[in-house]
Amino acid sequence: MKALDQTLALAWRSLVQVRRNPWELGDYSIQPILFLVLFLFVFGGAIAGSPENYLAFVLPGVIVMNMLFVTVYVGHGLNTDLTRGVFDRFRALPIPRWAPLAGRILADVVKQLLCIALLLIVGFLLGFRLETSWAHLLAMVALVLTFAVAFSWVMVLVGVIARDPEHVQLFGFTALFPVTFVSSAFVPVDTMPPWLQGFVQANPVSLLADAARGLMNADGPALEPALWSLAWALGIVLVFAPLSVYTLNRRLARG
Amino acid sequence: MGNAIEVEGLVRDFGGTRAVDGVDLRVPPGHVLGLLGPNGAGKTTVVRMLATLLTPTAGAARVGGFDVVREGARVREIIGLTGQYASVDEKLTGRENLILIGRLLGLKRRDARARADEFLRDFDLREVGQRPAKTYSGGMRRRLDLAASLVGHPRILFLDEPSTGLDPRARRDLWERVRQLQAAGTTVLLTTQYLEEADALADSIVVLDHGRVIAEGTAAQLKARVGGRTLFLMVARAEQAAAAGERVAAMVGTPPRVEGETISVPVSDPALLPAVLRELDAAGIEVAELGLRGASLDDVFLSLTGRSGASREPASDAEDAA
Repeated sequence: MKALDQTLALAWRSLVQVRRNPWELGDYSIQPILFLVLFLFVFGGAIAGSPENYLAFVLPGVIVMNMLFVTVYVGHGLNTDLTRGVFDRFRALPIPRWAPLAGRILADVVKQLLCIALLLIVGFLLGFRLETSWAHLLAMVALVLTFAVAFSWVMVLVGVIARDPEHVQLFGFTALFPVTFVSSAFVPVDTMPPWLQGFVQANPVSLLADAARGLMNADGPALEPALWSLAWALGIVLVFAPLSVYTLNRRLARG
Repeated sequence: MGNAIEVEGLVRDFGGTRAVDGVDLRVPPGHVLGLLGPNGAGKTTVVRMLATLLTPTAGAARVGGFDVVREGARVREIIGLTGQYASVDEKLTGRENLILIGRLLGLKRRDARARADEFLRDFDLREVGQRPAKTYSGGMRRRLDLAASLVGHPRILFLDEPSTGLDPRARRDLWERVRQLQAAGTTVLLTTQYLEEADALADSIVVLDHGRVIAEGTAAQLKARVGGRTLFLMVARAEQAAAAGERVAAMVGTPPRVEGETISVPVSDPALLPAVLRELDAAGIEVAELGLRGASLDDVFLSLTGRSGASREPASDAEDAA
């Protein structure tokens, strides 16, 4: 119970940080809305004939993209703690050694939830109509959050390896941009050159976007891409969680 | 009751280098131990092992009677740690930082808030308590850092180079707080490059160099060890200082410290004074001033390591102008 309390206190701290940091707050609020509105009105006509027709396609895509971008802050925050000595302060306190990481990931889930809620609200205001059910929508949220927690381990590794917080952001976004755009998040796969389609179809971002789309719109399969997304999430955890912990311990042992 | 800190044969390797090479320490409860040494002597590595942040390669250490490897969790319950860098969360306010530590130490929300307010008051941070720590001056940040390490009322406190980067006023303020802690019975292990700091605060001093203890005792004992006297002389012309230094070195057997026109070196035999004067006179070196004074810890350091202790940072280097 004490460990849970301590994890909650650490999660509280990560969330309070956001309040004091307008840039980060903007990344969770203005940026996702901006992406949605831009994609909708700039590309909507070209891709789907009109913004109205594009909304149902792009909203799940933007939710997935934004989820990936928000995970960068897990690595960014961890690296800040490591480079500024805050991590040492925590490690010298009588708390479980996993608590700082658990607190951070828990706070990340809250941030992700707020971002998804915000995007859905704006989506509804722009005219999105749910064709499935609220249960499907909740399943979509749960799926995206599950993937977010799994993918956080990749960013934990980046946070441990990077020299400073700026490099985490630089590397995080540089790696995420191509992975996000070379996917079915924003355009149908069949419009891409054949040599690219194979990669796009295997890309977990595509699978997750397809699953989210299937759970929000009644016009596509949801179960199969959702299961593949979960398989990817499991694979990422199995590879990156031990690798991150190992790398973190090595960094800490360096003195 | 046994020693608050007991260290035997502590060793730590990093890759191929041995940062700490068989250190022994014994600190009775309520004592302030000054761990003195230049950069890279292994002071921080010793502290990190005692604070359970780093595992020793060999040797044993007990803090408050608990083994740092096998009973790390117990050790963490009774220690406070302040690192070289001010390890506070810069994005949180001072108050939030203290509340967080209180909560992590198991205080209820309301008690954590009350404790935070109490510490903000005690550490002269009440007015800035609601501002993010990144807006603090170096001195305020260090006070917050120290407050954060004291929230749990630790029996044993580690201060790793607490006054690095502080201006003289902030340093004096810090010293006063360490004295208060000492009066309240807290055991303190303090690392420093400032001989003056160890002299001012520590009940006893351990001098560390290249990961080994090269001397220990009270400040007075250490000073007595080098004969207690320092010969200093000033040459009339700065360009003759180097030549004078060489001759003094040849006579005393210890390389002196040469700064501008001033040359100083610890000596054990006061009779050297007239001999040095005759020698320099014969060499045509004009002496403006010559004398003996009681040895400072700087001189102790010089005679023990053959190198000068850390020179004090000029005031302009201090980050903190508050």
